[in-house]
Amino acid sequence: MLELRDIEAGYGAVRVLRGVSLSAAAGAVTCVMGRNGAGKSTLMKAIMGLIPVAAGHVLLDGNPIEALPAHQVPRRGLAYVPQGRRLFAELTVEENLGVGLLVRRGDAGLRRHVLDLFPRLEERLDQQAWTLSGGEQQMLAIARALCLGPRVLLLDEPTEGLQPSMITLIRDTVLRLKAEGLAVVLVEQRVEAVLEMADQVVFMANGRVAETAATQGLAPDARQFRDHVGI
Amino acid sequence: MGFWPIFLLALMEGLVSAAVLAITAAGLSLVFGVMRVVNVAHGAFFMLGAVGAWFVTTYVPGPPALVFLAAMILAPLCVAALAALADIGVLKRLNYNADATIVATIGLLYILEQGALSFFGPSARPVPAPFSVRIQLPWFGYSGYKLAVVGAAVVLLALLWLAINRTRAGLVMRATQSDREIARAFGIDTDKVYAGVFAFGAGLAALAGVLVVPIQQAYYLMGEGPLLMSFIVVIIGGLGSLRGTLLAALFIGLSDGVISMFFSPTLTEILATLLVAFVLIFRPQGLFGRGAA
Repeated sequence: MLELRDIEAGYGAVRVLRGVSLSAAAGAVTCVMGRNGAGKSTLMKAIMGLIPVAAGHVLLDGNPIEALPAHQVPRRGLAYVPQGRRLFAELTVEENLGVGLLVRRGDAGLRRHVLDLFPRLEERLDQQAWTLSGGEQQMLAIARALCLGPRVLLLDEPTEGLQPSMITLIRDTVLRLKAEGLAVVLVEQRVEAVLEMADQVVFMANGRVAETAATQGLAPDARQFRDHVGI
Repeated sequence: MGFWPIFLLALMEGLVSAAVLAITAAGLSLVFGVMRVVNVAHGAFFMLGAVGAWFVTTYVPGPPALVFLAAMILAPLCVAALAALADIGVLKRLNYNADATIVATIGLLYILEQGALSFFGPSARPVPAPFSVRIQLPWFGYSGYKLAVVGAAVVLLALLWLAINRTRAGLVMRATQSDREIARAFGIDTDKVYAGVFAFGAGLAALAGVLVVPIQQAYYLMGEGPLLMSFIVVIIGGLGSLRGTLLAALFIGLSDGVISMFFSPTLTEILATLLVAFVLIFRPQGLFGRGAA
């Protein structure tokens, strides 16, 4: 469904990604791991068109999308949950969801589906996003992205800074989305969470793909985690 | 007249100042709030509104009220179109860099003022009010047009609040204001939002210029006072906070009316500037702005 071929991207003259290739299939979770500065978040931004792709291709169902303006990318079926959530803080929960629904012209069925996934948000619809707890903010960030009705969901460190019960909730949500047929690309640093959610792990180092492995054969203390993540 | 009638007159004059100031400053506040651009050319857009009103009322034949209504529509639309061109042609090319856009809008201010001087001339020119009704109070008579300006401002600002808080365009604008990059990731064409907001802010300034021109006169440097007062209002109210801007405009406008009546208009500007200094020292985000997290 989503395929990256030799992506090169960065900020201004600084090249962060140097020939990254990976693919994410429908109904599967692809996890991207690596040390700080490996280029994981930059990769997410490059896929979404938020930073220019200098070389290579981002293919969605075989069609290149790397040259599209960033605001056109979500219309093609990609949604992004950024690191640190980056909610529209002054807007209410309802309004944050409303921004997600703009592309779908306020699809009421989709809104209902998203609120069924996160019933707690329904109790907080009139609250401003910045007043929510960390876990609720993460729920909202995912819910807002799902309001785009995506086929590919990019999640950048969704469990960062959350308590264990919230991590479980996020994990269950990702597994449910996977079962619904979404292609999920996940940046995650918790090995246990990765092994529970992902089908394959792409290990990045210095802006390149160092290694790709199926999670089926990976143990929590596998060499790859030590070599590429430092765990 | 005794003290209280004079005080009432001062308050009414202050209310008119506050009304015009609120419309002007709301445009400046919107532009800064959404785009983080300090628009020094805002006063020139105010002046162009007034000059545009003079052109329309001078050259378009018809009943004065209808012609003035046409000026209220045409002048802000033309100024908004000019501002959109300035955004696309200049500000966007500077990538909305905070420092560069200040310099660019200073340049734009001079170009527009000198352009007005060249085509409009150095003389102040009167524009007749669309109607002449005098409201007779027990102590003095008062211009019906001035009260209409206050009413128009209240309606306009209420519509503005509704547009920002209750419409799809307002939601798009607030999302862009909150996080431009993430707004793009949700399908919002932020370049169009920026051009639209800059045009809309300029249109508001121009509309304020149209409303005020029967009270003052059209003059190519008439935007400088409103520009200074708008900055004062926006800083006191909180940069980007519309509610703060409106309350600060009311406070500054009423103070202007009272202090000008009993003391001197210059004293108003001195006190307002001092107030800005205190706000910047003790509450830099303004009275209603949110501080950095």
